[in-house]
Amino acid sequence: MSATATASAGRRPSPAAAVLRTEARLLYLREPSIALSVLLLPTVLLVILGLIPGFREADAGLGGRRVIDLYVPVAVLLALTMAGMQAMPPILTGYRERGILRRMSTTPVRPSAMLVSQLVLLGGGALFSALLAVAVGRIAFGVALPGRPGGYLLALVLAAASAISLGLLISAVARHEKAAQALGAVTLFPSMFTAGVWLPVQTMPHLLRTIVEYTPLGAASQTLDQAARGAFPGLVHLGVTALWTIALTAAAARWFRWQ
Amino acid sequence: MAIIEVRDLRKAYGGRPVVDGVSFTVEEGEVFGILGPNGAGKTTTVECVEGLRVPDSGVIRVAGLDPVADHERVTHLLGAQLQESELQPKLTVREALELYSALYPRPVDWRPLASRLGLDAKLTTRFAKLSGGQKQRLFIALALIGGPRVVVLDELTTGLDPRARRDTWQLIEEIRDSGVTVLLVTHFMEEAQRLCDRVAVIDEGRLAALDTPSGLIARSSASTVISFTPSRPLAEPELYALPDVMSVAAPGGRVVIHGSDDTVNAVITLLARHRVTARQLRVTEASLDDAFLDITAGQDRTAPAQDRTAQAQDAARRPNAPHTPEERV
Repeated sequence: MSATATASAGRRPSPAAAVLRTEARLLYLREPSIALSVLLLPTVLLVILGLIPGFREADAGLGGRRVIDLYVPVAVLLALTMAGMQAMPPILTGYRERGILRRMSTTPVRPSAMLVSQLVLLGGGALFSALLAVAVGRIAFGVALPGRPGGYLLALVLAAASAISLGLLISAVARHEKAAQALGAVTLFPSMFTAGVWLPVQTMPHLLRTIVEYTPLGAASQTLDQAARGAFPGLVHLGVTALWTIALTAAAARWFRWQ
Repeated sequence: MAIIEVRDLRKAYGGRPVVDGVSFTVEEGEVFGILGPNGAGKTTTVECVEGLRVPDSGVIRVAGLDPVADHERVTHLLGAQLQESELQPKLTVREALELYSALYPRPVDWRPLASRLGLDAKLTTRFAKLSGGQKQRLFIALALIGGPRVVVLDELTTGLDPRARRDTWQLIEEIRDSGVTVLLVTHFMEEAQRLCDRVAVIDEGRLAALDTPSGLIARSSASTVISFTPSRPLAEPELYALPDVMSVAAPGGRVVIHGSDDTVNAVITLLARHRVTARQLRVTEASLDDAFLDITAGQDRTAPAQDRTAQAQDAARRPNAPHTPEERV
């Protein structure tokens, strides 16, 4: 390219960085409800549960573990759910519905820059929120840090990918922002249930647990729990989460429309 | 030199042709209007020019480039304002200008651009809080921010009040004066008449006419409008029988006849013969509005000017109307 292009590109932000910065400001500074529900809600839930004295006592029925120990992975999965399935679909569908993605198509930058920004920001926000829950669990309630940090990180990233891929599928099939919100709400309760918000997966009756283990978040819950206890996550559970992610992403890519 | 070239463009949705063999060229530096009733295929045509839609067949070139295959290079020289497009509701005007500047390799400085468009006082206002006119001025700014050679403005003044519309026309003239070619989609005749060097009339996906606004008026079969208040009523069939009469209407006792110069003489003779006095007799050149209805006559759907629909239908029934429904089948 010409010298002018190089010269003018010198101090200006790159297009991708400009889009990312703008979206970060809109997401985390202008939408306090999103910032609170993604970044803080899971940890707040954990703290509330941890304040209940009985939940801090070892329970023989849980193999000597405490309820609060089981709720750290639940809080982690809740963070992923909030970011991927609650926050993201209305944003992407709204951007399409308002013609914002189309408007960007008339510039030299592809509208996929918007999508990538949301994935980076919400994926990053979800991981931050998850690690905050782990840290608060350790500092406030003495919940042991994951025994297998590498395995835990792998399980965490895979779980985040599955939650985001489900959110992408909702964004793809919902034509309107309101529909995306409604679909997000409809999937919220099954997701929270399979993540173990009401009943940790590890305490579910055998048959129920077997079923839940084949859902994306149920399988993710098991991988996080195994890594937390110091074992490498089971390949079957990892495989289930990975397969869901691939299938959901493929479906989202098949149906997603930029305009 | 032609900056936009459209040859035999065709686009169908679900088997229904929306654009059906449209061809035109836009010369560098002109304001080129695309005029037509709602649903005529105007927006689809310009969206193909912008590379947002892929034509089924036909050739489109913007400065010699294919808007689909060379999409990125075309975006460097073509700025667009889209119909019914929005921005992020909580994005401020300043943030929008900075963001879109960053998307182009060689943007113009947005500050003078914002001043010229009267956005100075609104830089910290969020998009959702802007008025319709302010939003459109921001979209003009974003269309110009990449320093384009041509801008496409699609229904820019729809929904604006008359004051804001006139201000926007002034801005479009300034854009033209700065050497940028303007492709303007509109269904307002007055807008096309005032701004456009040439107008393509698109109707039912086809090019119905292409000429200067005054050329379109002159060639229409009802280029003269005669109006008067007769001292006593006249029989309509008698008026229809006069030479070149395209339509006759008598709203509130005032007779309005669309015809030609020959019609004027015949009307005066008729009045004299019947000893009818014509008060407030006016002979005027037809507007683009009239020419448009004449060109697109024969359609039984919503015309932009509701009160003229009856005339358009009248014209369609006349044997010498240029496009009778039968011809179209």
